[in-house]
Amino acid sequence: MELYEYTVHELVEKLEKREVTSEEITRSYFNRIKEKDPEVKAYVSTLEEEAMKKAKQVDEDRKTGKQVSKFAGIPIGIKDNMCITGTKTTCSSKMLENFVAPYNATVIENLNKQDLVYLGKLNMDEFAMGSSTEHSAFFKTHNPWDLARVPGGSSGGSAAAVAADLAPWTLGSDTGGSIRQPASLCGIVGLKPTYGLVSRYGLVAFASSLDQIGPLTKDVTDSAMLLNLIAGHDDKDSTSIDMEKKDYTKSLINDVKGMKIGLPKEYIGEGVNEEVRNAVLAVAKKYEEMGAIVEECSLDVGKYSTAVYYIIACAEASSNLGRFDGIRYGYRTEKFDNLKDIYKNSRSEGFGPEVKRRIILGTYVLSSGYYDAYYKKAQKVRTVIKNSFNKLFEKYDILLSPTSPTTAFKIGEKSNNPVEMYLADSCTVPVNIGGLPAISMPCALDSKGLPIGLQLIGKAFDEEKIFRAAYTYEQNTNFRENKPQ
Amino acid sequence: MTISKDEINHIAKLASLNLSEEEIERYTVDMQEILQLANTINNVNTDGMNETIGSNEKSNVLRKDEVIEFGNIELLLSNAPSKDEGMFRIPKVIN
Repeated sequence: MELYEYTVHELVEKLEKREVTSEEITRSYFNRIKEKDPEVKAYVSTLEEEAMKKAKQVDEDRKTGKQVSKFAGIPIGIKDNMCITGTKTTCSSKMLENFVAPYNATVIENLNKQDLVYLGKLNMDEFAMGSSTEHSAFFKTHNPWDLARVPGGSSGGSAAAVAADLAPWTLGSDTGGSIRQPASLCGIVGLKPTYGLVSRYGLVAFASSLDQIGPLTKDVTDSAMLLNLIAGHDDKDSTSIDMEKKDYTKSLINDVKGMKIGLPKEYIGEGVNEEVRNAVLAVAKKYEEMGAIVEECSLDVGKYSTAVYYIIACAEASSNLGRFDGIRYGYRTEKFDNLKDIYKNSRSEGFGPEVKRRIILGTYVLSSGYYDAYYKKAQKVRTVIKNSFNKLFEKYDILLSPTSPTTAFKIGEKSNNPVEMYLADSCTVPVNIGGLPAISMPCALDSKGLPIGLQLIGKAFDEEKIFRAAYTYEQNTNFRENKPQ
Repeated sequence: MTISKDEINHIAKLASLNLSEEEIERYTVDMQEILQLANTINNVNTDGMNETIGSNEKSNVLRKDEVIEFGNIELLLSNAPSKDEGMFRIPKVIN
């Protein structure tokens, strides 16, 4: 077995027993990247020189008996919308193609405290707007299970890298499903934490009331470990919650006896692929066998989530992206006579077609005459959706659904139809609307050999229950025996 | 629900975007479809409902209005397309 095939908790053990060095682990990943990334195309940029230097330094610290974190020297890949001082943060956009971050995101500061090693920055849909990573301004990322298919998005690079062993774990961001949907399509574990659990400082903003950073990992244990490293209050993000720090690995308990699981019937109904539906029903049965109580329930208003999401997310995006004016940073046009031209031409040349589409929609729903009918109304429907979730959580510990209504689709299949692409998020979007935590993990392969993901949704700040349920499912099944070729 | 090319042009102006003729055509069609999806929210009864503005609304977060110096002006200016003597440089705005 090659070093790049191990989970992080296995690598940590090997480091503790002095069976391997960080240099060996890190080298193993860069060799793998050189061999495999030319076809997967997960990385926008790699940081080999810095990474090898850091790995050697950590090894030296360990050797000389210096106190180091157990994660010291473990490599990680970062979605290219999080700032690492002195490295490019492009958001896979021409607008930020040459932007070098002058400061660290808080998640990076947290990882630095543990001496993690950065392998590089991962491809994404431009400004995280998309569900296939086809909207990257640089190149498309391919699904390691079938290179003719998309890895999902927007954290497609982060998911493909873990699936193809190009990183042991990665960070992504999730605004409407951008961690969970690619995790599902690539057969790995992706967690969207509760809104407010992880600081967004240094994450390039898309839709601020929905964005959340989270881990993409090979298994549930690694997911809990990485959440431990990044969760916590931050003065620099006023929406991050000041609460006692938890150790999520304590929730890795192989037991769901008596746990109440709701199965919203709308997510196994119309619009969901039959193989996906059957796989999720099989998961429900498995949970019953393991002692959980599974009941069908209803989240009727959930069906309006996609509409609410696109109104709110685009409104916030149009406002957030107003800062790109070609003055302080980012792309500047060469065609201008006056200030107004710099704004207009820099934005028109720097943003790609999907970003412009969303800015237009967002500007429209916020404009005079439409604000009440769209934006205000959507915020009220958001309240209705949140209330419906709260009601379900009075009765159930967690909810079970598919992560994506289909498995990975072909590159180009949906790229000309925005609405069809938007519906790829229909199972994940309600969770962001509610600000809730949810995990996606693989549960089966379809007849084409593509991974199917299940989604477990929890109450706000109750990551423990979804970790427990996910861990129990993982321990009693064997999906990880499947690997992309 | 129809949306005209003129409306798309107006919105593009508000958003500081220049759109090509081709882009206007394209976004006019796309917006029709997207707004059709968006309009489904009118089926939800929201009488007496408050708006949800953020995901967690426990309380307003206040802090003292204190200046914290970043300390490295050069670094902050390093990404500017045009700069001069520690300042961002823009075309003349007053005649």
